[in-house]
Amino acid sequence: MSISERRSPGRRGPARVVAALLTVPVLLGACAGAGDLGSSGDRTRLTVAIVANPQMEDAMTLSSQFRAANPDIDPVFVSLPENEARAKITASVATGGSEYDIVMISNYETQMWAENGWLVNLQPYIDDNPEYDDADFIPTIRESLSYEGDMYSVPFYGESSFLVYREDLFEEAGLTMPEQPTWTEIAEFASVLDDPANGRSGICLRGLAGWGENLAPLGTVIHTFGGRWFDEEWNAALDSPETAAAVQFYVDLVREHGQPGAATSGYTDCLTRYSQGQTAMWYDATAMVSAVEDPSESLVAGQSGYAPAPVQETDGAGWLYSWSLSIPETSEHKDEAWRFIQWVTDKDYQRLVGEELGWSRVPPGARLSTYEIPEYAEVAGAFAEPTLRALASGDESNPTTLPIPYEGIQFVRIPEFQDLGTRVGQQISAAVAGSVTVEEALEQSQRYAETVGQTYQG
Amino acid sequence: MSTVQTAEGPTPAPASMTPEMKKAVRRTGWVRRAPLMPALIFAILVTQLPFLLTIFYSLQSWNLVRPGSSEFVGLDNYINVFADSTFRGAALRTILITGGCVLIAMLFGVLLAILLDRPFRGRGVVRTLLITPFLVMPVAGALLWKTTIFDPLFGLLNFVLSPFGVDSVAWVSQYPMAAVITALVWQWTPFMMLLVLAGLQSQGKDVLEASATDGANRWQTFRWVTLPHLRRYIELGLLLGSIYVVNTFDTIYMMTQGGPGTSTTNLPFYLYQRAFLGFDVGQAAALGVVTVIGTIIVATVAMRLIFRSFSREDS
Amino acid sequence: MNASTELTSRPRPAESRSGAPAGRRKQTGAQRAGGIALTTLTWVLGLAFFFPVLWMALTGFKSEAEAYSDPPTLFFVPTLEQYRSVFDRGVLPYLLNSVWATLISAILVIVLATPAAYALSIKPVKRTQDVLFFFISTKMLPVAAVIVPLYVAAQQLSLADNIWTLVVLYTAMNLPIAVWMMRSFFMEVPKEMLEAARVDGATLPQMLRQVLMPVVLPGVAATALICLIFSWNEFFFAVNLTAARAATVPVFLVGFITSEGLYWAQLSAAATLASLPVILAGWAAQKQLVRGLSMGAVK
Repeated sequence: MSISERRSPGRRGPARVVAALLTVPVLLGACAGAGDLGSSGDRTRLTVAIVANPQMEDAMTLSSQFRAANPDIDPVFVSLPENEARAKITASVATGGSEYDIVMISNYETQMWAENGWLVNLQPYIDDNPEYDDADFIPTIRESLSYEGDMYSVPFYGESSFLVYREDLFEEAGLTMPEQPTWTEIAEFASVLDDPANGRSGICLRGLAGWGENLAPLGTVIHTFGGRWFDEEWNAALDSPETAAAVQFYVDLVREHGQPGAATSGYTDCLTRYSQGQTAMWYDATAMVSAVEDPSESLVAGQSGYAPAPVQETDGAGWLYSWSLSIPETSEHKDEAWRFIQWVTDKDYQRLVGEELGWSRVPPGARLSTYEIPEYAEVAGAFAEPTLRALASGDESNPTTLPIPYEGIQFVRIPEFQDLGTRVGQQISAAVAGSVTVEEALEQSQRYAETVGQTYQG
Repeated sequence: MSTVQTAEGPTPAPASMTPEMKKAVRRTGWVRRAPLMPALIFAILVTQLPFLLTIFYSLQSWNLVRPGSSEFVGLDNYINVFADSTFRGAALRTILITGGCVLIAMLFGVLLAILLDRPFRGRGVVRTLLITPFLVMPVAGALLWKTTIFDPLFGLLNFVLSPFGVDSVAWVSQYPMAAVITALVWQWTPFMMLLVLAGLQSQGKDVLEASATDGANRWQTFRWVTLPHLRRYIELGLLLGSIYVVNTFDTIYMMTQGGPGTSTTNLPFYLYQRAFLGFDVGQAAALGVVTVIGTIIVATVAMRLIFRSFSREDS
Repeated sequence: MNASTELTSRPRPAESRSGAPAGRRKQTGAQRAGGIALTTLTWVLGLAFFFPVLWMALTGFKSEAEAYSDPPTLFFVPTLEQYRSVFDRGVLPYLLNSVWATLISAILVIVLATPAAYALSIKPVKRTQDVLFFFISTKMLPVAAVIVPLYVAAQQLSLADNIWTLVVLYTAMNLPIAVWMMRSFFMEVPKEMLEAARVDGATLPQMLRQVLMPVVLPGVAATALICLIFSWNEFFFAVNLTAARAATVPVFLVGFITSEGLYWAQLSAAATLASLPVILAGWAAQKQLVRGLSMGAVK
C-alpha cells in the first residue's frame, strides 16, 4: 500500500499548491538570514529614528557620503510619520529601550527628557569640536534645546510660523498686506479673496486634530488673543473669555472662508492647496517655503509674499519649533552616534545639500551661517529675512499678555500635553466640522485641562 | 479501541466505574488530549499572560513620561474608565462600525455570490476580480480610499459626481463614519461572498430540481430552499467578519486618525491612543481590561447563539 | 461517531463547475435576455470592486504631477521611476522580514493546529465545544488592549524589534481560526477509511501519512493561505513592536507618508508592490480558499 496508490490524481493539485506556498517563502527566507534588516558585519550599526519629511529624506540619500567617510559606522534609518515616530520614540526612551542610538525629537521634549536623565549631554562633544561652532545656531532655537545651559539635542532644522499670501491676488483685489497684520485684518482679506466658485478659499488653516496639527496654529492664536492654557496657579483657563474669543475666531474664520474639508486637513493638505493655487493665504510653518517656492511642485512659485504671524493683543505670535537629534542614555554607541549627528548638523552638511541636491533643499532655520551662503541667499531671497525675523522673535517664556506657569508658544511644555493637546485638538476639529459648538468643545477641553492642572497643584 | 469509543462524547465517566476503569479512562483521556496540548498551552501562554499583566498594570498609577510615578492605586483607574465619555462613545462606534460593515458586506456578498453561482462567460475572471479587495493590504486599501477616491480635490468620487453638481465634497471629513465603513465593506465583501459562494456550491442540485418540479418559482426556491441552506454560512460569515472587523485599527489610523474630533474613534484606536499618546499605562490597562470583559460578554452571547444553531442542525 | 453520521447524511457535491442546472434545458428569448443582463451586471460589479486596485496599480506608473491632477489623468506615458525609488529606499529588507514572519508563523500554526484539530475531530476529547470556544474567544480579545504590557514586556526582555516576537504573535493570532478550519477538514475524513487502514495493520504514523494527509492536504493549503494573508497584512503589532531590524512591509508603507509633501505616485507603487505577493497567492489558490471556507462552515 504505497502512498501513490492511495492518492487519487485529483489530490495532487492541492498538494502542489501547499508545496508552492511554503517553498517560495522558504527560499526567500533563507536568503534573509535571520530576517535581519541589512547586516552590518564588523561595522557599528546605528539605528536612527526619524520623522519622515523631505529634509530627512535628503539626509538619508546623502548618508552614503557619511558611510564613505566613516567606514566603521553604518547608520540605519527608521522613518515614520510624525505621530507614529513620536509615539515610538517616546515609548522607547521612557521605558529605557535600547533599540535607537539616535532619536529625532523637538524642543518640546528636549528639556523635559534632559531633566529626566534620558538624554546624553551633548555639550562636552560640542566643546571638543570647536569647528562645530554651536554659537552659530539660531539663539532662540539653541536656548530651547538646552537644559541648564547645556545642549541635549542639536537642531537639524528650525522653524517659526508666518503667513504666506498670493501677491498677485492681493494686487488684483486692491489689497495691501500690512507690515505686521492683525487677525482682524486677515479675516477681512479672507472674506474678500474667498472665491468658492473658482475653487479658491480665502485662507487655509489646519483643522486636523493633533497637538502638532491644528493646535500649532491655533495655539499661537490663543496666546496672541491674550488667552492661556493655565493661570499661575495651574487652574485650567480654556474657558476664559480670551481663549474662547480666540477659538471662536479661528473656527469661524476657517468655516466661513477656509478650505473645504478643513476638519481633516493638516499641513500637507494646506501645502497642496496653496501650491495648487486653491487658497489665497495660508498661516503655517516657515518650513513651507521649500515646497511653495519649488517650481516643479508648485504652480504659484514666485507669486507669494510673506508676512509675520498675525497678532492681536501681543507684539509677536510666531511659534518656535525645531526637529533636532539627540542620543538616548541607553545607546551603546554614543561616540559613533555623535559622529553622525555632528556630520548631519554641521555647516559642511548644509553646503553638501546645496551642492548635491540644490540650495532650496538646505534644511532651514538651524544655523545663522546658512543665511550667509550667497547661493542660498539667491534662492531664499523672498523668505530668508521673514524666516530669520520670525525665528528671532519666538519667546517661549512670555507668549501671551498674562503670566503663565509653563513654557511654550504653540505647546505647553509638560509631558501630559501631547495627550491633552490631542484631546483638545479633537474637540476643536469637531467644532470645525460643525458637529459641536465652540462652547461645547471648550467646555469639554476645560475638563481635560483641569485633570492635568490638578496634578501640578498638589 | 472499545474503551476509546465509550469515553467518547461529552458525557463524564459514570460513577459506577471501578477505580481501575477510571484510571484507564483518565490515561486514554490524556493520550487523546496530548495532541491538543501544544496548541492549547501556546494559546494560553501568549494570550492569557499579557492579559494577567494588563490586570496588574491596571491597578497601578504609572505614567511612562513621568518617571518615578508608579504606585498602587487599587481601582482608581477603573473609576476613571467609567467616567470617561469618550470611552463609551468609542464602544458605541465600535459596535456601529462592526455591525454596519459586517451586515452591508454580507448583503453585497450574498448578491455577488448569487450572481457568480450561475455559469457565464468569464466567471473565473470576475471571481478573481471580486476577491482582490480582500487580498490588498488594508493599510494600502485605506490609503487608496482616502487619497484617490475621497480626496475633495483630486478624488475620483467627486470627479465622477461632478456632472450631478457634486463638487469638492470632503467625504472623509463630512461623512467620516460612512467613509470608513465604505472602505471596510469594500475590503470584507469578498470574504462574505466567498463563504456564501461555498454555501451555494455545496447545495444539492437535486433539491433545487425537486423544488422546481414542485412548481416553485425562482424567488420561492431561493426563499424556502436556498436561504435556509445558506443560513449557517451566513452566520459563520457574520461571526468571523465581526471577529476581525471589531479589531479594525489600520483603516481608522490611515483614513481619519479617529477624527474629526472623535467621530470615528473605535475602541482599538482609542486604546492605542491612551497607550502611545497618553502614556498612562495604568489607565490604558484599565481600559483594556474593561474592553476585554465587555467583549467576552458580547462574544459569549453571540457564540452561544451560533453554536446552538450549529448543534441544533447537527442533531 | 456522531461525526461520521453527520458526514454520510450530508454528501458534499463537487464544485458546480460543470454547471448546466435543470432550468437551462429550454431557454426562451426573454430568459436569454435576462441572462445577458445578469452577466453584464456581474461584470460591472466585478470591475467596480476591482477598479480601486487597478487605479492604484496605474498610479504607480505615473509621475507625481499626473497622480495629483484634476481631472484625473487617464492617458499617460508609464514610468518606472516610482518603482525604482521604492527599491532605492530599501524595500527589500522589509520584504524579507515580512516573508520570514509570515512563513515561520504559518508553519508554526500548521504544526500546532494539525494535532489539535486531530484531537478535536477524529478522536474528540471531552468538552470539545469548550476548547473550540476558548480558541475562538482568544481571537476576539482586542489586541490593542494588551499592547501596553506586550510593549513593556518586550522592552524588558529585550524582545522589542525582534522578528521572533512577531512570529510568536502572528502564530497566536492565526491559531484559533486554523484550529477551527482544520478540525472541519479532519471531520471530512470518512471513518471507514481509518477503520480499513487499521484492519490492514497500519501504524499511527502510517495512517496519518497515507490516509489522513491526502484528504486533509487541501485543508492545510487553505488554512496556510488564510494565515499568510492575515500575517502579511498585519499592521498593529508590526508598527508598535518593531524598529529597524524587524520592521515588515506595512511599516515600510507607512514610512512613505511624509508630513510634508506629495508622494502619491511613489506611495502607490510601494502599496502595489506590498500587496502583490498576497494578491498573486490568493488568485492562484482561490479554489482552495472557497473550499477551505466552505468546510469551515459545515461543522
